[in-house]
Amino acid sequence: MPRITIDPITRLEGHGKIEIFLDEEGNVANTYFQIPELRGFERFCVGRPVEEMPLLTNRICGVCPEAHHMAAAKAADAVYRVTPPPAARKLRELLYSGFYFTDHTTHFYALGGPDFVMGPDAPVAERNLLGIIHKVGLEIGGKIIQARKYGHHIVEMIGGRKVHPCTSIPGGLTQGITEEQRAEIEQMGRWAIEFAQFSLKLFNDIVLGNKAYVDLILGDAYTHRTHYIGLVDANHKVNFYDGEVSVVDPEGVRIGQYKPAEYTDWIAEHVEPWTYLKFPYLRKIGWKGFVDGKDSGVYCATPLSRLNASDGMATPRAQEEYERFYATLGGKPVHQRLATHWARLVELLYAAERIVELATDPEITSPTVHTVPTEKPTEGVGIVEAPRGTLTHHYVTDERGLLTKVNLIVGTTNNYAPISMSIKKAAQSFIHKGVVVSEGILNRVEMAFRPYDPCFGCATHSLPGQMPLQITIRDAAGEPVEVLKQYC
Amino acid sequence: MSTNGAKPKFAMYWAAGCGGCEIAVLNIGEKILDVDANFEVVFWPVAMDAKYKDVEALEDGAITLCLFNGGIRNEENEAMARLLRRKSRILVSFGSCATEGCIPGLANLSRPQEVLDTAYNTLTTDNPQGLRPQYDYAMPEGIIHLPAFGSVVRTLDQVVPVDYYMPGCPPESHQIAAVVELVIKALHGEAELPPTGATIGAGISTVCDECPRQRNVKTIKQFVRIQAVEAIDPTLCLLEQGIPCNGPATRSGCGALCPRVSAQCIGCYGPAEGVADYGARLITAFASVVDATQPEEIERILDGIPDPAGQFYRFNLARSLLRAGKPAWSSSGVAG
Repeated sequence: MPRITIDPITRLEGHGKIEIFLDEEGNVANTYFQIPELRGFERFCVGRPVEEMPLLTNRICGVCPEAHHMAAAKAADAVYRVTPPPAARKLRELLYSGFYFTDHTTHFYALGGPDFVMGPDAPVAERNLLGIIHKVGLEIGGKIIQARKYGHHIVEMIGGRKVHPCTSIPGGLTQGITEEQRAEIEQMGRWAIEFAQFSLKLFNDIVLGNKAYVDLILGDAYTHRTHYIGLVDANHKVNFYDGEVSVVDPEGVRIGQYKPAEYTDWIAEHVEPWTYLKFPYLRKIGWKGFVDGKDSGVYCATPLSRLNASDGMATPRAQEEYERFYATLGGKPVHQRLATHWARLVELLYAAERIVELATDPEITSPTVHTVPTEKPTEGVGIVEAPRGTLTHHYVTDERGLLTKVNLIVGTTNNYAPISMSIKKAAQSFIHKGVVVSEGILNRVEMAFRPYDPCFGCATHSLPGQMPLQITIRDAAGEPVEVLKQYC
Repeated sequence: MSTNGAKPKFAMYWAAGCGGCEIAVLNIGEKILDVDANFEVVFWPVAMDAKYKDVEALEDGAITLCLFNGGIRNEENEAMARLLRRKSRILVSFGSCATEGCIPGLANLSRPQEVLDTAYNTLTTDNPQGLRPQYDYAMPEGIIHLPAFGSVVRTLDQVVPVDYYMPGCPPESHQIAAVVELVIKALHGEAELPPTGATIGAGISTVCDECPRQRNVKTIKQFVRIQAVEAIDPTLCLLEQGIPCNGPATRSGCGALCPRVSAQCIGCYGPAEGVADYGARLITAFASVVDATQPEEIERILDGIPDPAGQFYRFNLARSLLRAGKPAWSSSGVAG
């Protein structure tokens, strides 16, 4: 069958490849979104001391090392059943809010935004961050650079480094912050609120003010009705660092909520032989294939999902934007994937407001930031919301605290099935008999994954090693009926 | 180096790594505009939309500067290493993964089959048929291919010759900015590039030399795990507090970031200049702070290091004498 290959897919973190098969008519018969890479953290972290996990798992992803650092630190706390002092918990969340601010800025301006600000058909050489800076001007370009710098500076002040922070240990942090640092963070946070508001206005003017874009967002090509999950606080408001995972169905009805230690009751992972990545789904509903709807276990974990799975934002300005978001898009839940770009900016504002809230907390400069663990280490689960979805680290250790088992379900992996479905739907919508398949058309197919801000650096933490030979015999429906294996 | 007034071409590629190197490059801040002003970015998948076919279409040697990050884990990484070597005049082994394998290099402690069995039998994996990914898989519409895996993680220079090494996980942004500035000056004939094979963007001594903590004050009777320390002394050498800090064997260049915030150096800048084997040097350094003369006592103290393989070869296993792959030029000769 004739095929179109997009390799590598671009403006995302990590590697991916899209195979589009065309039938005799020239219409799309099927698409495969393959993840061609893997590294093997679940294996080679075994034997390592649990306190190193916040440092080792950082290296799963250099784009969101803070997420792995935090999930690992929380899992390590749980392994020792130790509760960090309040200041340590707050400092971790403050670091994490600074990280969200910088990460969401990077995605909007460098990865996802160019499709809108420059346009989906803009020349390849311009459809990127530098193109945006050329278009919006150096003054605004400077603001974007400043925003990324501030976020990383907050991460560095609390975490010791801009990339791969190093201060979280079981029971808290290696050190706290000074009053001077606190004041600087507060100041940067106030600037961050203005920048987030500016970004929302930019989205409003450039995207929502352009009918062609609004039609693209609201159209069927980028819409899927799936379940959604996201971490919420005790009031069911979005929280990035802590809480329970809320699960809502495609109607927006909350069908459950789980604590970190209960994640295996809710999440399972399906395997396909044509890709290295697994496909998580809701265990209680089951894997029904690449389909959306209430009866399919396919779920989504993104900024849009977090908004859909929560009852709102915990800060006032972000809450206003949350309300405007749903009022504009016709109520909750919103299924249009391109609206995820907007949802991300609502979260950007929340992150900025949260920086100021935490930086003005009277406890934040307390020198008491570590509780020495006293219990024997056993087993623990840590969950945070990575920008790209719910991140779960699960460790089992021996009595010395050396790892014997590691299970990781990372942000992007949650979304592998919905991303695959989005790519297929976009390909079928834009590639038809008689259509000249231009670069711009193929970019519209890639625009189907960009709202998810996928990070296949993260997702490919598992499975390195030589593949054994395996032949799967499938029936006409594509279901495996027999598997022949030979390990080489 | 620029010809016909056209801007020299720049590329950056992410092989088996985490992307932290790319973020570190973005973190050079306003200097990224200098890159834009002085180079034509022709390939950088994380940031712009050029595809593999666009790189293949370039003339050999067309790219002036290529920053290659990530190790060589699979067939695709290797093919890209060969392609970018052929297309680039200056190929930089950028960051720890490309240079020494980094954390993913710890996979070289396991047989590939063990890794696979672990990953496809986790607590949450639903895989009753024991499926594994396949290199060539026949779907109804045609065969789709996945890159084959190497049996070990290799460094970039174990696959193709490289011009410069830039260590760090990731390289610190101020070091990247300085290197970019140097290359731009060299392009304008205002500076000389270092000799081929040099380590750039780093110091030549050790992290200890950049660390503000007090040293040579005391020796230790035991190693301690960092979470067990009641209060970490903010001014005393971490190693002399019994915390296994890798500073003495690790190349300077980061500014001792981790020890400054009371976290031990974990060795991400790789071996200091002239050190043949990172782990061997670190063992020597640890032995020098141990306060014991009897072999049993020394053994007891060293047993306080819970994970020797990880401690001594955390970033360096793929390059170490234990598991070194063969450099490309010693086997089949020239790259490409």
